[in-house]
Amino acid sequence: MKKLISIFSGIPLHLVIITIALIWILPSVGLLITSFRSSADVATSGWWTVLQHPFNFTCYTLENYREVIIRIGIGKAFWNTLLITIPATIIPILIASFAAYAFAWMDFPGRRLLFVILVGLLVVPLQMTMIPILRVFNKLGLAGTFPGIWFAHTGYGLPLIIYLLYNFISGLPSELFDSCSIDGATPFQIFKKLVIPLSLPALASVTIFQFLWVWNDLLVALVYLGGTPDVAPLTVRISALVGSYGQDWELLTAAAFVSMILPLSLFLGLQRYFVKGILAGSVKG
Amino acid sequence: MANVILKNFTKKFKDVTAVDNVNLEIKDKEFAVLVGPSGCGKTTTLRAIAGLEEVTSGEIYIGDRLVNDVQPKDRDIAMVFQNYALYPHMDVYNNMAFGLKLRKFPKKEIDQRVQEAAEILGIENLLDRKPKQLSGGQRQRVAVGRAIVRKPKVFLFDEPLSNLDAKLRVAMRAEISKLHRRLEATIIYVTHDQVEAMTMANRIFIMNDGRLQQSGSPLEVYKKPANKFVAGFIGSPAMNFIDSKIIKENGDYFIDAESFKVKLPQSFYSKISAYEGKEVIFGVRPEDIHDKKFFSEASPSNTLKVKVDVIEPLGAEVFIYLACGKHSLIGKMDTRTQVEVEQNMEVVVDMEKTHIFDPKTLLTIV
Repeated sequence: MKKLISIFSGIPLHLVIITIALIWILPSVGLLITSFRSSADVATSGWWTVLQHPFNFTCYTLENYREVIIRIGIGKAFWNTLLITIPATIIPILIASFAAYAFAWMDFPGRRLLFVILVGLLVVPLQMTMIPILRVFNKLGLAGTFPGIWFAHTGYGLPLIIYLLYNFISGLPSELFDSCSIDGATPFQIFKKLVIPLSLPALASVTIFQFLWVWNDLLVALVYLGGTPDVAPLTVRISALVGSYGQDWELLTAAAFVSMILPLSLFLGLQRYFVKGILAGSVKG
Repeated sequence: MANVILKNFTKKFKDVTAVDNVNLEIKDKEFAVLVGPSGCGKTTTLRAIAGLEEVTSGEIYIGDRLVNDVQPKDRDIAMVFQNYALYPHMDVYNNMAFGLKLRKFPKKEIDQRVQEAAEILGIENLLDRKPKQLSGGQRQRVAVGRAIVRKPKVFLFDEPLSNLDAKLRVAMRAEISKLHRRLEATIIYVTHDQVEAMTMANRIFIMNDGRLQQSGSPLEVYKKPANKFVAGFIGSPAMNFIDSKIIKENGDYFIDAESFKVKLPQSFYSKISAYEGKEVIFGVRPEDIHDKKFFSEASPSNTLKVKVDVIEPLGAEVFIYLACGKHSLIGKMDTRTQVEVEQNMEVVVDMEKTHIFDPKTLLTIV
């Protein structure tokens, strides 16, 4: 009886949650369906009309994907995005883990002051830095190149990544470090053999953050790379689609799904670390 | 193996003096215990010997070598931490082998040393486990094992048993003592538990407020405490202290505590004559308060009339809290003692074993 009541009393809650979830994914479902419809269908009827006979496969087509990937060159843009995102994720995390370790466990003059400045940098709006940095990049010939945007993303990402990693690494028990140094480890060996393995959950979570941020970034890429198709990432190309093919919703949605596929699988694959990592910094143990 | 010497060792954290001008000499192969209440500077002293804290002033020698500026790894020491500090991502074998690997020992020797240590500690079957899969006692063994594979000159133990349950603590206590005999190494052991100190040490160093109070064999510090702090710290339950006065009547000296008056033994006279008529602190250990029925040397001059407040029977002995006028005392008495709460009884103080302290300097007079 009691069990029955608890089941029934849970129903309103579940209904609300399911409704919210449905509303939340509805636009994505619309996008997905549109991306598989022909341009004629898109022009004449809404995507929801498909739902009347969802298993009538004749109204679906893969033509849109073939079009965007091969003819419009989203494939190349996907490759560019990877070339931007992977180094722009690895470089700042590598630097930040060194920095976080040093801030947390090494004694050097000005440590506190530097750290305060670093945290202060978190509030500087990125837009403010664009013109001065672009001018420097132009002088150095970095504008419009991959290294240029790697540096830019590294700079923008570092303060937050260092801060998050610092919170985690400084929470490691100090005895481990004492024990390591008695065991004969140099500071670098302590970093390599103790800090990195123990910080894996935090590293995984900042990796996901940084990866998603760079992957989805349009502004930084547009400013420092420009619109050259050679180097333009997905976001730049997709935004251009809106301009040149105003009415081609089916192509736009297909391109959007191409750009979503990697972050989506990354998130689903590493979900465990994602949740754990967010908690890892705040809760000790 | 080596001796350890601290000369005028002082450690300050900003303005706070944690350890103040401590001199101590620990002999080769000695089991030395630093004991004192929390915050007395014992752990700081140990960490300074390990090289984990910088020395503010003074000198530290390990095996006649001045090590003030020597890195922890080059001091030839090993340390066992209170919370074990096992590397959580390594299995037991690698936890123990870590130090040897860093020192580039050949693989064969690492293997041999780890096996040997595991055998000594009875953890051979745990070598492939991770620390989180071990119980507290097993982790403790691994932490000790990690120290012994290195075969250092000096072992440092920082309250290693305080996280274990009471039963395991007693067992590990005996094992560490055995280990000391087997390894023939110098051991410096920090604890706040005076029972650990008394049972394991060759020599006890008692610290309080950053200063060394007394050093000596366990029995020496028990029988001849240098001051009131040591007298109260060593022994359980703690010594009874009674503010009183020394008076002289008919050529004999007495302790006069208003609610009672007891005669001091002849052997005390030479030291206490200067305190005639002055305030002193009279100290009696609970074990020197006896039920009159079971103590042969009772006389009116060493017998107190008291009232029983609380009785704590422990089986082998019984603690009785006694009220004697405004003073309260604890007695550790024979289990044959038949009394009840609120009942009056007569107790005898073994006067030869009492102590008298100067209330100003708190130093021992007798």
